[in-house]
Amino acid sequence: MKPINTFNGKIAALPVPDIDTDRIVPARFLKVTSKDGLGEALFADWKVRADGTPDAEFPLNRPETQGATVLIAGDNFGCGSSREHAPWALQAGGFTAVLATSFANIFYSNALKNGLLPIIIDHETYEQLVSLAEEDPETQLTIDLAAQTVTLPDGRAVHFPIDGFSKVCLLNGVDQLGYLVQQDDAISAYEQRTPAPVSTLT
Amino acid sequence: MTAPQTLFAKVWDAHEVRPETAETPAVLYIDLHLIHEVTSPQAFTELRERGLKVRRPDKTIATMDHSTPTTPRNALGIIPVIDAQAAAQLGQLERNCADFGIRLFALGTENQGIVHVIGPEQGLTQPGMTIVCGDSHTSTHGAFGALAFGIGTSEVGHVLATQCLLQRRPQTCAVRVAGRLGTGVTAKDIILAIIAKYGVGGGTGYVFEYMGEAIRALSIEERMTICNMSIEGGARAGMVAPDTTTFQYVSGRPHAPQGADFERAVAYWSSLPSDAGAAFDKEMTLDADELTPMITYGTNPGMGMKITEAVPDPAQLSDHNARVALDKALAYMALQPGKPLLGHKVDVAFLGSCTNSRISDLRVAADLLKGRKVAEGVRMMVVPGSQQVKKQAEAEGLDTIFRAAGAEWREAGCSSCLGMNDDRVPAGQYCISTSNRNFEGRQGPGARTFLASPLTVVATAVSGVVTDPRTLL
Repeated sequence: MKPINTFNGKIAALPVPDIDTDRIVPARFLKVTSKDGLGEALFADWKVRADGTPDAEFPLNRPETQGATVLIAGDNFGCGSSREHAPWALQAGGFTAVLATSFANIFYSNALKNGLLPIIIDHETYEQLVSLAEEDPETQLTIDLAAQTVTLPDGRAVHFPIDGFSKVCLLNGVDQLGYLVQQDDAISAYEQRTPAPVSTLT
Repeated sequence: MTAPQTLFAKVWDAHEVRPETAETPAVLYIDLHLIHEVTSPQAFTELRERGLKVRRPDKTIATMDHSTPTTPRNALGIIPVIDAQAAAQLGQLERNCADFGIRLFALGTENQGIVHVIGPEQGLTQPGMTIVCGDSHTSTHGAFGALAFGIGTSEVGHVLATQCLLQRRPQTCAVRVAGRLGTGVTAKDIILAIIAKYGVGGGTGYVFEYMGEAIRALSIEERMTICNMSIEGGARAGMVAPDTTTFQYVSGRPHAPQGADFERAVAYWSSLPSDAGAAFDKEMTLDADELTPMITYGTNPGMGMKITEAVPDPAQLSDHNARVALDKALAYMALQPGKPLLGHKVDVAFLGSCTNSRISDLRVAADLLKGRKVAEGVRMMVVPGSQQVKKQAEAEGLDTIFRAAGAEWREAGCSSCLGMNDDRVPAGQYCISTSNRNFEGRQGPGARTFLASPLTVVATAVSGVVTDPRTLL
């Protein structure tokens, strides 16, 4: 995983609450056995009308949102299925961060594991960013993971929360599996000290 | 004296390899890891690339359910997989299980089925366990008093390699359901009502513990229906304290402890219920006495109402975002605000999914369907949750009732719940479904889903229009 620190990104907004992972990647795209090639699957049934033609109304189809890397979305982004294909597809679609007023738990965890930065913002900032995306589609934000800030074009820096452990992993490009594998002795000790029936599977 | 503890805290604490600190999450040990074809291939790739083994293949069970067809067996007794991509994915799971020494319930074999149906069925799911699967509906297993939750594919890799997960301790929410269910009102209606009341994000960050008179009165399979949809309320997991109903259900199943081991296990399991006075971080309530059959009208499970009510009017919502969301949902569903759903035409009726495909669901549905016919113009699919459920239903003659009524009796799998196979609802059509999600396109691009109980699905299938099952009982 590549380390993340400070980056600038152009915004695009999907100002809708409860964007579920079936919307992000419809289930029929889940028959893959690798993480690659999911760009086409991203918002597949939102990008295209029922008759198969591109929906010009869909914000990410507009010419001015091309090249956007920071997605702005409403409450409870990523609710529903646990499919990690959702963050993989967002990354394949060019996104490096999602800013939302809240996230579903599993999506949030999956995003962190892949270096797609899920950033929780307050409602006021959200409304400001949605307006900015409409008024000036070239709007760029500066995201500083070390400082945990998103800097808006007016210079206002908004602090965002992130778990310290995840932050260290992202800053150093270290994945969590490596850390867990190093816990081998502690895991073995747990297995030895914990008798049935706490662990009863036969 | 130690402070009173919740069921969740007791299970969590017993599984801490390392407790969390300010800097690091807890290392949590996992007792049972269930895997399926869709969310595991990339995790095995990760293991191979790093030269890692599966730490505890004895605590790992695989099945095929999501991308499998539910079409009839051929002359050789095999369920053919026509879709090349699905066949490749299933083949990959077979290879992965063979290479890493994992037990697999392969398509069409006697114990195959939906991952959340087979765990309990085989006695793999037991009180006090930690259970995970790369599937959000893993919350189902919480009905036994296990801590069970869905994980992503990266975490599937973590558990395969280390039998552990890195987790921050979630908060707890007591969900108190008072009173008793009336005739024609079911466990499905309880959970749809909770989600309608508290929203799809109401439980984010919490583990639910369902309690109260109405929950105690439910069978284990009904409790599974409720815990299954905890994720639809945003919760990390849902749990019910184990009791004699639980112990009786587990007893004698293939992987349950036997004899003296079972007695010892029951003694331990009996210590798990939340202590009197245990503190929860949040509380939700519902009165079962007031409950009626529920139905969803929108495009998330929180957009639900009593079946006798009218579709809400976006114009009457004060919150701008909520209004936009409801407008969008009603446009997708092609529904008129202010009008009731009762009497609305449906095209498809789906009885199945990890929410409602167990033998008790099929019995209740068959009982109402007996002597009736699926209405003309309605396609009804009945998809048992597992091969064992199918076998049991056939032994009881339930398949004959479904077939005689004009319904399709199919092989086991996830089927039309998410339409990964060909069991899709055509664009623009309405489906009354016992499944758990009514998201846009969930049952197929353009499909319109009404979520309801098995009773409401049968009542609607025979009437051809949305029908309150109480009128047929």
